[in-house]
Amino acid sequence: MFKYLLPVILFFVLCGFLFIGLYKDPSKVDSPLIGKPAPEFSLPRLEQPNDLFSEKEFLGKVSILNVWGTWCFACKQEHHILLDLAKRNIAPIYGLNYKDDTEQAKMYLRDFGNPFVSNAVDQLGRVAIDWGVYGAPETFIMDKKGIIRHKHIGPLTLEDVEDEILPLIQNLKNEAS
Amino acid sequence: MIPEIGHFALVIALCLALVQTIVPILGAQTQTSQWMAVAKPVARGHFLFLIISYACLTYSFIKSDFSVLYVANNSNTALPIYYKISAVWGAHEGSLLLWVLMLGAWTYAVTIFSRSLPNDMVARVIGIMGFVSVGFLLFTLLTSNPFERIFPVPLEGRDLNPLLQDPGLVIHPPMLYMGYVGFSVAFAFAIAALLGGKLDSAWARWSRPWATIAWVFLTIGITLGSWWAYHELGWGGWWFWDPVENASFMPWLVGTALIHSLAVTEKRSSFKNWTVLLAILAFSLSLLGTFLVRSGVLVSVHAFATDPARGVYILMFLAVVIGGSLLLYALRAPKIKSIGQFELVSRETALLLNNVLLLVAMFTILVGTLYPLFLDAINAGKISVGPPYFNAVFVPLMLPLVLVVGVGPFLRWKKATLADTLKKLIKIFIIGLIIGIGLPFLVAGKTSILVLLGITLGGWSIFAALYYLFKNLKRSDSKQSAIQHLKKIPRATYGMTLAHIGIGIFVFGVTFVNAFEVEKELPMKVGEKVEMAGYEFMFNGVRTVQGPNYSSKMGTVDVYKDNKAVARLYPEKRTYLVQQNPMTEAGIDSGFLRDVYVSLGEQINSEAWGMRLYYKPFIQWIWIGAGLMALGGLLAALDRRYRLKLKREKVVEKAVKSKEAAIAAS
Repeated sequence: MFKYLLPVILFFVLCGFLFIGLYKDPSKVDSPLIGKPAPEFSLPRLEQPNDLFSEKEFLGKVSILNVWGTWCFACKQEHHILLDLAKRNIAPIYGLNYKDDTEQAKMYLRDFGNPFVSNAVDQLGRVAIDWGVYGAPETFIMDKKGIIRHKHIGPLTLEDVEDEILPLIQNLKNEAS
Repeated sequence: MIPEIGHFALVIALCLALVQTIVPILGAQTQTSQWMAVAKPVARGHFLFLIISYACLTYSFIKSDFSVLYVANNSNTALPIYYKISAVWGAHEGSLLLWVLMLGAWTYAVTIFSRSLPNDMVARVIGIMGFVSVGFLLFTLLTSNPFERIFPVPLEGRDLNPLLQDPGLVIHPPMLYMGYVGFSVAFAFAIAALLGGKLDSAWARWSRPWATIAWVFLTIGITLGSWWAYHELGWGGWWFWDPVENASFMPWLVGTALIHSLAVTEKRSSFKNWTVLLAILAFSLSLLGTFLVRSGVLVSVHAFATDPARGVYILMFLAVVIGGSLLLYALRAPKIKSIGQFELVSRETALLLNNVLLLVAMFTILVGTLYPLFLDAINAGKISVGPPYFNAVFVPLMLPLVLVVGVGPFLRWKKATLADTLKKLIKIFIIGLIIGIGLPFLVAGKTSILVLLGITLGGWSIFAALYYLFKNLKRSDSKQSAIQHLKKIPRATYGMTLAHIGIGIFVFGVTFVNAFEVEKELPMKVGEKVEMAGYEFMFNGVRTVQGPNYSSKMGTVDVYKDNKAVARLYPEKRTYLVQQNPMTEAGIDSGFLRDVYVSLGEQINSEAWGMRLYYKPFIQWIWIGAGLMALGGLLAALDRRYRLKLKREKVVEKAVKSKEAAIAAS
């Protein structure tokens, strides 16, 4: 009898897993970089191409890195959130200008406002690969030791900032350096 | 007004489906013939109202009626008319409607081609299909109504997903759905047989052509999907082991096992439990595929809009339909007696091996597809299982299967002698081996163990199939002409031969592409020449081209071989104006022996572009092989014996009727 019941038992076990699966968001894949130091890189600055931007910039303070491009529609959606976050002056926001046209990027920041302290230009997208970037926009938060503590995929919303980003930054600021 | 008519027609269809479920099945259980007689007319009415509903939605698309939310979300005035019509199934709501429409069509077909079946069988089959329809219609009406209106009415629609604006994808989903839904017929037959307690070879003969036709559609659908991915995704791949692909591949594997298992049940009255279980599984996996695609439990390149409420509904429906049928199976199967006995060396054993290998292959894919979900459910972290896993487990299962494919047809039913069969086939295997050793050197000038194995088995499968046909020719009467000989062979034999040749050709394609493809990813300046795999690629710049609803950066790449121009390719990067996503259109020069494939990447600076170049030997053989399999299935399903039986039974039926009439008159 058991032999014949096996398919139906297996099926209901499967159903159980599927039911749990419904309430988990599969797009939230934790980045393997979390808890690790920011990957090394050195790239020209958007503001000053002769000056190089490297991961050392993140040391000694809690900092935010936002991956963006003028071609990226979702980046435009989150732009006002970044401007708002910059105005609160909680942590410096750096930009990784990803696979973009430099002149257009400058114009974009001039026209729509500039939330960034400084921008690294990653025209070929090589550095973004090291950072495990799926696509723009993505936002990383580093602690005072330059270790990546959080990664957000996709445009930031006001809720993300209020419920996740701000409390996390407060915590990180309280950590000893 | 028109959308409301469509909505209303859908509600009527639901009511009819309820009647179609309850009355005939109760009639069959109580043997009330008036109640059973309800099945056919109600099923036809149900189909009619589904057509009306579907036509209304199509009309709204053609007229660009953006007051309908679904139309506004998936169409645009600039969309060409043929894409407006195909946009109906471009997203969740409409594709569900298409699903039910097809279910209605299959049920309608059952009402027409079931004259030779006993009344209670027909009543049960139609009733069960009605039940499936009730589930899907309720799902559509409660969670995904395509006729919902919006106010204020937007001036312009959000356009069809650019991925779907391709001729290949216009027909890919309907074909796939025809396959998925088609398995509902074999499923209904199996459940009807379990309910009625009559599992005989007649039952297998009835379900066989239905299962085969569904399998043909599924084969075509999967092939088109693979062909589309090759052309459209710009990675040069033809199969990605993506969860959604796997969702369509699992019912295919089980369906393949089913059509072979049905043969044993029909001819030998054996494997009955297997066949019933496979019929249930094939349709269950079709439903599971729908669930996986529509519920968002898995990440996939086919990112469809997802919603947990919908997921919960489908899951409940799955639990009722699949759980119910498997439970029914568990209750009835112990009483099913398979009569045919067979020995270790026999055609039955070969087909049993075929069943087991295909089923195990399906399970490994199921586990691989759902593994991330299992881990996540027990909070063990999130991972994704990639092609390395699938290739590592799938290929070793398929190699012995191809070996069995060659031997199987030569084995006699019940009892065969291994020595005899091997003596017959050793020549064929040597031919395969010669091809396996020689061909790779002709093609690429090198080889490897895996290539040797693949090509030998491919050649083996092709020549064994041809040899089987040849044997059949020799067996018939020698006085007849060759053409008469050929005509005498049943279509089913031709079908099997063709499908097995298709497997060989497919294996050739896969082996050569995997082993000998060459690819280069590099920045190319305008006017630059690059050499790869004996071809020279010259990049002649990029220009902007305007399409009806997109603007495109179109590159020109000239391909030379031995300083002779071979092809001019136009790889494109399209940006669709409304949704703003970039889309790749690869430039491909397809040939019988090789494809040259160019895909345009990002612009790197003012003169250079990222470029991907591929040389893909024998890649077309993959789709040619799959096409032959589908054609073989079609031939087998159209075999004369199904119709002959039908005619003979009709004659009997008429005779009985006239006798009854005579008795009544006297």
